Amino acid sequence: MLEAVEKSPAGVITDAKKRYSAGVLKYRQMGYWDAGYAPKDTDILCLFRITPQDGVDPIEAAAAVAGESSTATWTVVWTDRLTACDSYRAKAYRVEPVPNNPLQYFAWVAYDIILFEEGSIANMTASLIGNVFSFKPLKAARLEDIRIPAAYVKTFKGPPTGLIVERERLDKFGRPLLGATTKPKLGLSGRNYGRVVYEGLKGGLDFMKDDENINSQPFMHWRDRFLNVMDAVNKASAATGEVKGSYLNVTAATVEDMYERAEFARELGSVIIMVDLVVGWSTIQSISNWCRKHDMILHMHRAGHGTYTRQKNHGISFRVIAKWLRLAGVDHLHTGTAVGKLEGDPMTVQGYYNVCRDAYTRQDLPRGLFFDQDWADLRKVMPVASGGIHAGQMHLLLDLFGDDVVLQFGGGTIGHPAGIQAGAVANRVALELMVKARNEGRDIKHEGPHILRQGAKTCVPLQQALDTWGEISFNYASTDTSDYSVTAGVA
Amino acid sequence: MMTNPVARITQGQFSHLPDLSDAEISLQIQYGLGKGYAWSVEYTDDPHPRNTYWEMFGLPMFDLRDAAGVMMEVHTCRKAFPSHYIRLMAFDSTRGVESIAMSFIVNRPENEPGFGLTRQEAHGRTIRYTVHSVRE
Repeated sequence: MLEAVEKSPAGVITDAKKRYSAGVLKYRQMGYWDAGYAPKDTDILCLFRITPQDGVDPIEAAAAVAGESSTATWTVVWTDRLTACDSYRAKAYRVEPVPNNPLQYFAWVAYDIILFEEGSIANMTASLIGNVFSFKPLKAARLEDIRIPAAYVKTFKGPPTGLIVERERLDKFGRPLLGATTKPKLGLSGRNYGRVVYEGLKGGLDFMKDDENINSQPFMHWRDRFLNVMDAVNKASAATGEVKGSYLNVTAATVEDMYERAEFARELGSVIIMVDLVVGWSTIQSISNWCRKHDMILHMHRAGHGTYTRQKNHGISFRVIAKWLRLAGVDHLHTGTAVGKLEGDPMTVQGYYNVCRDAYTRQDLPRGLFFDQDWADLRKVMPVASGGIHAGQMHLLLDLFGDDVVLQFGGGTIGHPAGIQAGAVANRVALELMVKARNEGRDIKHEGPHILRQGAKTCVPLQQALDTWGEISFNYASTDTSDYSVTAGVA
Repeated sequence: MMTNPVARITQGQFSHLPDLSDAEISLQIQYGLGKGYAWSVEYTDDPHPRNTYWEMFGLPMFDLRDAAGVMMEVHTCRKAFPSHYIRLMAFDSTRGVESIAMSFIVNRPENEPGFGLTRQEAHGRTIRYTVHSVRE
């Protein structure tokens, strides 16, 4: 029956009566595929990686993605005719095979800005990663990248502090910031926990950090942690003459509990609080508003993201999560180390850093960035490199990420053979040596190990750190790399 | 007296390293000039971590593109305030930055008295903290 009706060359049924007669049509016939569509500057553009079921035409699959993430349901409904329905239909407008992967396709989809509520990540995600990801005709789908139009960016407030103002508040310029996660992450009493914080900060770190799963457990209730940590922070500040901080994790069972914890952190004079990604988009935006109101830096720990960002065939790329988090409004964001213990291809990771820090992100296919993105003067997020890094990698980290990053050495500080303060000294000295050498015009990527060894001659803690960890590296193949060598499209 | 491992105030980019020689300072200035920054010399006798506004030793040198000229200002400032803290700051006027891009100390007093911490016991176990500069 479907074959009999009149169709445009692109497969769209143009006769309205036939288009809206009851029954089931292909998505491309309903208007969710338009090869000639020229995206508007105000459209949201998405790039999906799709794996159609066997026998499903890739263009029909792309049209289905556009349909299921906008207005379509499985059957024709006459009520569409009460609306300006064509403008509400997302349009798949380009499909290309993924290089070196015969089962997967890249599908570009455009969405009119009217589909989305102002300033709401929850609303945007409900459409773009809603029903569509469970849709049966697709074996798998992944949201690879997104272009958010400047008009929509302007409806978000973005980071409450931003990396420029953070530096002004902390009085720290021209070098990466240094941090460490307090370890062991579970089991320390509040008093013992504060000791670790004090030693690390006094030794030369700018920040200490609660880990993602430190909330309020039997061994350390949250108030005890906050009180002890803030004593340590203030003592360290007096001992060094620097502004110091420790990310107080306010993640809790309810949003009301989180506000209570954030209020206490503010009352004690903390410059920074922290939440985990698992609290969800609306909570993140609410806490971001609270931080904006109370001059608080907001640290985001991306706990849980690996469950949906790591595998290339299904889920969401972290570059999309990073874009949403910049809009939602966080000041710090864990974005990977490339050289540490956690997943991360160096180029792909640099792409995440660019998303956090650029005023305007250019298309950069080797870094996985498929679209130009105008950030419309939205404040910048400070990326955080954390997980299995140590002083011996300082040249690589500075070369990969530049100055605007927090380098977090948890084990690499607390596991130092001469103690936590010595570990902090080793990291701070290594950092200052490398920044100085880079500024002097030296090729730190290659001369780095030599620069560190020379500097260690007058710094015993650095020598001990190099002796302990100098050879440690995590050389495993990354699972999430960019597939960018775009070949001729099927449409 | 400062009780941290390097026994001095650790503000700025290079406080954990041995004092930079004038030649090394010049290289840092040159790096900043290469980036288009404007250098400024500031001094204070109160390096409290929240004391943002040190005294300006003249205006930022927006039109000075020569490291030797900046060093001359450093020398003049050191002569005028030999026992003060003196720092070099580089300003970046790029849209979206418009802030300080580099900052490091180039002169310190021989003895650094440091800071004390005052605790005021408040309600519950809450404590209000004040870091205060120690005067010798």
